[in-house]
Amino acid sequence: MQEPTHSAGQTMKRPGALREALINLAILLLLVGVAIAAHLAGQGFTVTLATKVAILALAGVGLNLALGYGGMISFGHAAFFGIGGYVTGILASHAADGTPVFTLPFTVMGSNDMLGIWPMAMLVAGAAAGLIGALSLRTKGVYFIMVTLAFAQMIFYFALSWSRYGGEDGLSFYVRNNFPGMNTFDPIQYFAICAGLLALALLLTAMVTQSRYGLALQAVRQNSLRAAAVGIRPYAIRLTAFVLSGMLTGLAGSLYADLNRFVSPAMLSWHMSGEIMVLVILGGVGRLCGPVAGAAIFILLEHLLGGVSEYWQALLGLLLLVIVLFSPGGLIGILTGRARHG
Amino acid sequence: MMLFLMAAGLTLVFGVMGLINLAHGSLFMVGAFACAWVAAATGWFWLGLLASLVAAAGAGALVEMLVIRRLYRRDHLDQVLATFALILVFSEGTRWVFGSFPLYLNLPSALSGAVTLPGGLVYPLFRLVIIAVGAAVAVGLWLLITRTRLGIRIRAGEADREMIAALGVDIARLYTIVFALGAALAGLAGALVGSIQSVQVGMGEPVLILAFVVVVIGGIGSIKGALIGALLVGMTDTLGKALLPDLFARFSQAPGGDAIGASLASMLIYILMALVLILRPQGLFGTGA
Repeated sequence: MQEPTHSAGQTMKRPGALREALINLAILLLLVGVAIAAHLAGQGFTVTLATKVAILALAGVGLNLALGYGGMISFGHAAFFGIGGYVTGILASHAADGTPVFTLPFTVMGSNDMLGIWPMAMLVAGAAAGLIGALSLRTKGVYFIMVTLAFAQMIFYFALSWSRYGGEDGLSFYVRNNFPGMNTFDPIQYFAICAGLLALALLLTAMVTQSRYGLALQAVRQNSLRAAAVGIRPYAIRLTAFVLSGMLTGLAGSLYADLNRFVSPAMLSWHMSGEIMVLVILGGVGRLCGPVAGAAIFILLEHLLGGVSEYWQALLGLLLLVIVLFSPGGLIGILTGRARHG
Repeated sequence: MMLFLMAAGLTLVFGVMGLINLAHGSLFMVGAFACAWVAAATGWFWLGLLASLVAAAGAGALVEMLVIRRLYRRDHLDQVLATFALILVFSEGTRWVFGSFPLYLNLPSALSGAVTLPGGLVYPLFRLVIIAVGAAVAVGLWLLITRTRLGIRIRAGEADREMIAALGVDIARLYTIVFALGAALAGLAGALVGSIQSVQVGMGEPVLILAFVVVVIGGIGSIKGALIGALLVGMTDTLGKALLPDLFARFSQAPGGDAIGASLASMLIYILMALVLILRPQGLFGTGA
């Protein structure tokens, strides 16, 4: 089966790099600007939409690390998104009724402190990514897509029938978790938290991809045999990226659960995987701010088309088709005038 | 067996054309709706069955010509995205035409009823018919691929596109035919399943995932693999769901024992798939991706 074909490197200085950096900056400023303007105008709903964009963008940034930089087409990232969400929901619900999550081998109490929940969500999602990645990375191409999908389905069905935490009804918790020094119920403050984490994740991605490790990852994507020949171990490199990617997506899932104060198996479903993937591709694969642009467009379309017709998903589908068929570089590809990124 | 019908179409498209078709489930749905609608309008089940074949094949051919044709040379990412978009279009389109209420299919009286199998087991006749249809399709496909001119061309196209195009075979039309054939199989499966369950929007998606599992277990592009994979998955799923909750309830003292068993049972086929891929990354009968 054909592997995704990529040619040039990400970190290579190239014409258009400056332009892309400016576009990235503009996208981020636009997101923050819209949220602040909406806040000042008293449009709480729009702030919440912007928060959703930031969260989905964070999930996309996570996927992009595996998909764009690592060349691993994971169709199972909803698993990590949902796991992050469930960790959050479970901890919060235990905190609410004061019971421990489990007592053996050691006691873990529930928590509603975001600073405690995030590492936990990332840890569990990362562990799952480690396990799933270790098994899935034995396969390639189409099989990899299908195996990651299968693992995500496995977890989906597990959550569906796990009646202790709501089963198919999902799990609600009534109080959004705390962040020290902030009122997380205030939409703009919660947006600030999410946008802050998104910015951190983007910074991390930029640093990772420019580092020795990131270069090795991209070398593996472009030609794993050649990379192996110069002493890079493709399997370990890919697995690390996959785990990192799962952790970021898990963090996004945690934020998403807090946004809705609700988790359900829908967060784990393959539609969710598809959505995350769509927004990454929509924005531009393997581009730093691609997922941000993609998430913004996706939410905007969802919102606008929802107003046009009851059957807006069909319109969204048609629009997606047009984009895939005629603009393979995604939105940032259009803006920078370069068909397909490296 | 219905899984096999679904998976056979998928593996045909998947293996021969190297295309990931997420919209296969939508074609399944199209078949089911066509069958239900025509059967209800004419009161004749067989006409509905025929309609399901025609509608699914037609939709398949249309989709291939309008969209899929541009994607063969793209990477899998674009294929996944485009066919994901097609799912949205198909689902909402169907909802728009038929509304979101499920339709029901009535079986012709010749096929309802039950038979007593040798050994005293009573089994619904219609399910036997499905098994027979599945077997017939399996044999038919095998004959088609190995014995006919079209089959030879399909296999040649799989091996080397440019070469057989150079030999004067209209490769674009050939691919349209293959895709329509795969779609027709999905439509047939949809019509048959629709007669057992209700016909509704989104019915194709759980089956699609199952079919992917079957295809991956069996090995991409192998009809034999699809058949054996389908049997394996079907039996694992059914036996797991029947036995595991009971087993867990018996052996664990915890009150949630049967619930854990139930959730394990629904995960079982994915565990099976993971195991197969760990042992044989190209599937049971795959020739290597």
